[in-house]
Amino acid sequence: MTKRTEYSHALDLQNGRVEMAHGSGGKAMAQLIDELFLQAFSNPWLEQMNDQACFTLPPGRVVMATDSHVISPLFFPGGDIGSLSVHGTVNDVAMSGAVPKYLSAGFILEEGFPLADLQRIVQSMARAAEEAGVAIVTGDTKVVERGKGDGCFINTTGIGVLVEQLNLSGNRVQPGDKIILSGTLGDHGVAIMSLREGLTFETTIASDSQSLHDLVAAMVAEVPEINCMRDPTRGGLAATLNEIAQSSHVGVTIYEATIPVKPQVSAACEFLGLDPLYVANEGKLVAFCPADKAEQLLAVMRKHSKGQEAAIIGEVTADPLKFVQMETVFGGRRMVDWISAEQLPRIC
Amino acid sequence: MKYVDEYRDGKLAREIAERIRNEALPSRQYNLMEFCGGHTHAIFRYGIPDLLPDNVNMIHGPGCPVCVLPISRLDTAIELAVAHDVILCSYGDMMRVPGSRKRSLLKARAEGADVRMVYSSMDALKLAQDNPDREVVFFAIGFETTTPPTALVIHQAKKLGVKNFSVFCNHVLTPAAISSILDSPEAGELGLLKLDGFVGPAHVSTVIGSQPYERFAVEYSKPIVIAGFEPLDLLQAILMLIRQVNEGRAEVENEFSRAVTRQGNERAKQIVDETFEERDSFEWRGLGFVPRSALQIRAEFAGFDAEKRFPVEYRSSAENSACLCGPILHGVKSPRDCTLFGGACTPENPLGPCMVSSEGACAAYYSYGRHQESLIAKEHA
Repeated sequence: MTKRTEYSHALDLQNGRVEMAHGSGGKAMAQLIDELFLQAFSNPWLEQMNDQACFTLPPGRVVMATDSHVISPLFFPGGDIGSLSVHGTVNDVAMSGAVPKYLSAGFILEEGFPLADLQRIVQSMARAAEEAGVAIVTGDTKVVERGKGDGCFINTTGIGVLVEQLNLSGNRVQPGDKIILSGTLGDHGVAIMSLREGLTFETTIASDSQSLHDLVAAMVAEVPEINCMRDPTRGGLAATLNEIAQSSHVGVTIYEATIPVKPQVSAACEFLGLDPLYVANEGKLVAFCPADKAEQLLAVMRKHSKGQEAAIIGEVTADPLKFVQMETVFGGRRMVDWISAEQLPRIC
Repeated sequence: MKYVDEYRDGKLAREIAERIRNEALPSRQYNLMEFCGGHTHAIFRYGIPDLLPDNVNMIHGPGCPVCVLPISRLDTAIELAVAHDVILCSYGDMMRVPGSRKRSLLKARAEGADVRMVYSSMDALKLAQDNPDREVVFFAIGFETTTPPTALVIHQAKKLGVKNFSVFCNHVLTPAAISSILDSPEAGELGLLKLDGFVGPAHVSTVIGSQPYERFAVEYSKPIVIAGFEPLDLLQAILMLIRQVNEGRAEVENEFSRAVTRQGNERAKQIVDETFEERDSFEWRGLGFVPRSALQIRAEFAGFDAEKRFPVEYRSSAENSACLCGPILHGVKSPRDCTLFGGACTPENPLGPCMVSSEGACAAYYSYGRHQESLIAKEHA
């Protein structure tokens, strides 16, 4: 790899900190790009050092998604903001059935942010991108004054290609469709919450943050008839099911007893007064597919390492009121409503 | 999950529900009040009304601390944060409750006030120790369950000599609220509220015991069953109440024998008694002023009493006139009777106290029970 220029001193990646100059467009910024971003993301497009990346896509429809990541804390069990910023956008692209190809990365850094932390984040992004089979081909760095950011924010935009004649969309879900969840609910949200200021409880839960592109590829190859896929991130499964019910003008019934939740997650939710249905996930998907294909799809998912705990959790109903309902383990029924705001722990 | 799933066993639930159906006399109505919002929440979360026969009617009581805190007290808390520039520490579910002009602690924070969400009173004390140049106020709310931790933190602050910490005390008392309902004209001469028994909250009784309820059984002839918060606890308590009614008994029975005793927790009661004394009267949202229904910090600990430390003014605030929360908290009306419910008043935009907390009756109906409204609508269509 070639460097733009020689610098009098190498970046101090152990004790150095982000300075305003790193976002100024001058030599300091060039050095940060050369010695940090290029080192980690190394690929032919980035190395051309243009303000844009130029590439040819394989035949098919182009799929694009963007996501900004502002998570606190930046490092958590099971990942960090770097890996999350890749997984989030890769998954948004993949939920269409597409194969993710290229990412852009925009960094907003706060003056004073340790370069060692930035390096850790960037290296983690590079690993996540490699695992997801995507290249980070263009980027941007801005620095804001101390106190005007929260260390590090990352926006990523992803492009993928829908190579098969697939047609997945939130408005295509039909009454009778089965609903399949790829694994346990709430791992990410509980892992993050356990680290938040003022709420330090010990847990062995790690975030489920992961790219789902390979699970998706296996699923659409076997059952191209899937009507819709979503990754239930913010707002949890409850928000996703309500979104689909609205878009497709259908009702949804899920069965509490079939929904996989880790015992530790369940316990944390119990004592905080939270409901796992509303807790965020970063490595799970929910698929809606015709009933006669459900068992076949479930089998493919369970064979894949990222879908071993997959389960059919419910079905789509004809309901002009577009209600999402749950049959409880107890044999009663209740609504699963949109969440009105961030879930807050109950006092007693 | 161990010690939880056992109390959510669907098969056992259907067996108890079957017994309730067999033993509830078809010739009469059973009106049972679950006092506590936690019970209301559990009833809807687990779909318990679906398991009960039509003549067993659950009436939702005022035991939701967030719901019953009057707007004026919330306004005072907001004023402490805004005008007196303190670090105001609050439990999470108080944060988005709207006060006057729809201003909540969250909105005050967005406007620049230093409002922090804490999970325990001790977190607030730690904040005071970590910020010695700031005044830190703990916004204490809740029934007897959250009172001992507040007492403890005041003792701890005194012991450690923390000078910049105080408590804005809003602790309220369960038995006083039950008296207020039973003594109300609605339950008396107006005959609007016919109550056959109470489900008492077990967590309150782990502190105060079952003994304080005995006078309701003796003086008002109302059966009371103290119950846990798992759905099987509730069903069992309902069955026990139906049996008392059928046998003409009015006793305090303890369903939650796994943690509740007659006397409760003596050490907790003692520290509460050392720290607090009853207020002559306290305003409850929906119930109005209720005598001897809340606690204030004793003079001995005045240095830790935010009401003594800061010049706070007490202003009464008006509720929306169409809001039925008062009668709902009294058990006289149901959320379904309110014209605002689900239209002008929703969990996103709550107008009345019963919609603000997830444990309020209106919020529980809205979030968990709306499908029942649709079933009713279909039947009538």
